[in-house]
Amino acid sequence: MSSGRAIEGSFHLTGGDFTNAGAASSELKSILTNLGISLAIVRRAAIATFEAEMNVIIHAVAGVMYYQVTADSIKVILNDMGPGIPDIGLAMQEGYSTAPDWIREMGWGAGMGLPNMKKNSDEFKVDSVVGEGTTVEIVIRIKEESP
Amino acid sequence: MTFKEIVDILEAEIVLDSDDSDTEIQSVCSTDLMSDLLHFSSMPRSLLITGLANTQAVRTAEIADIKAIVFVLDKKPDKETVEMARQKDIAFIVTRLSRFTACGRLYAAGLRSCTGENR
Amino acid sequence: MNVRDIVERLSLEVKTAKGDLQREVRGCYISDLLSDVMANAREGELWITLQTHPNIIAVAVLKNLAGIIITNKRTPEEETLKKAGDEGVTIAVSQSPTFEVGGKLYTILQC
Repeated sequence: MSSGRAIEGSFHLTGGDFTNAGAASSELKSILTNLGISLAIVRRAAIATFEAEMNVIIHAVAGVMYYQVTADSIKVILNDMGPGIPDIGLAMQEGYSTAPDWIREMGWGAGMGLPNMKKNSDEFKVDSVVGEGTTVEIVIRIKEESP
Repeated sequence: MTFKEIVDILEAEIVLDSDDSDTEIQSVCSTDLMSDLLHFSSMPRSLLITGLANTQAVRTAEIADIKAIVFVLDKKPDKETVEMARQKDIAFIVTRLSRFTACGRLYAAGLRSCTGENR
Repeated sequence: MNVRDIVERLSLEVKTAKGDLQREVRGCYISDLLSDVMANAREGELWITLQTHPNIIAVAVLKNLAGIIITNKRTPEEETLKKAGDEGVTIAVSQSPTFEVGGKLYTILQC
């Protein structure tokens, strides 16, 4: 990738649309792979954004996933119109989930979403206003291996 | 263990064959909760055994770099699920065995779990 | 083979005091989907799952299961343990992933 230039774009996410759930992260994963970023880093980015995307699908009405890739880092910001998170500390605990039973029956709502995002990010921020929505910012640094 | 050997051990029906039936499978994850699949850090040439017969399983498999999926209890995937797996080059089989028996037979045959946690 | 034998052979940690560890284990069912367990698990089986939610106790009681093994380092919620105590359901936890716990139990139950 030529240095200094950023590659960016965005995806619209629709709450409750389980048919296309994960499609944005899947596309971002192939964009990153095609940029020649190492598989381990692509995998971390894919997992973190996929969990974040699923949170929007499960909990929010709609959202936007915006990404920016530079020579140094992958930054993904997810902004949703959703219920918001009343207690972020609690939501960060493994196993804590407010998802209803039918979501659990679809294989989600195990309370691992936010912890999985954090584990796979180098920088991770959550901002939320109850009744308005949530913004998640994920940064993954690319530099690690030098050729 | 090769993909073909796994098909034999599980007496499975092939829905989507692997491009290469000698594909080597080195580790297994068995779960119905997709975040659990995303929790492992080391999953080389991995197989997913699940009772979650929907597109979510395929999408998550793709994100986690899974090579092949087994649906248990004879759960037949719908067209959408098969089509998604085809596009993502993920091999796909269905066994009538339960998750317990499927895991047990593969464990007894020498396969081991994916390990580690992400960072 | 009873629950206690399996707890020992798989190095599980029992989290409840009132369950019946002498109870004979007739088999095992692995699932993380409660509706699937309701439909397919059989009486006297041990249930291996990742779920830690209090609803697992109601399922174990309704299906008359021998006990619940929670895998992959997960800890049951307090409410889950309280219900388990009330209903006399044994809950044991394992540090290992489901595939490994299920795989080992399969080899044990076969011998």
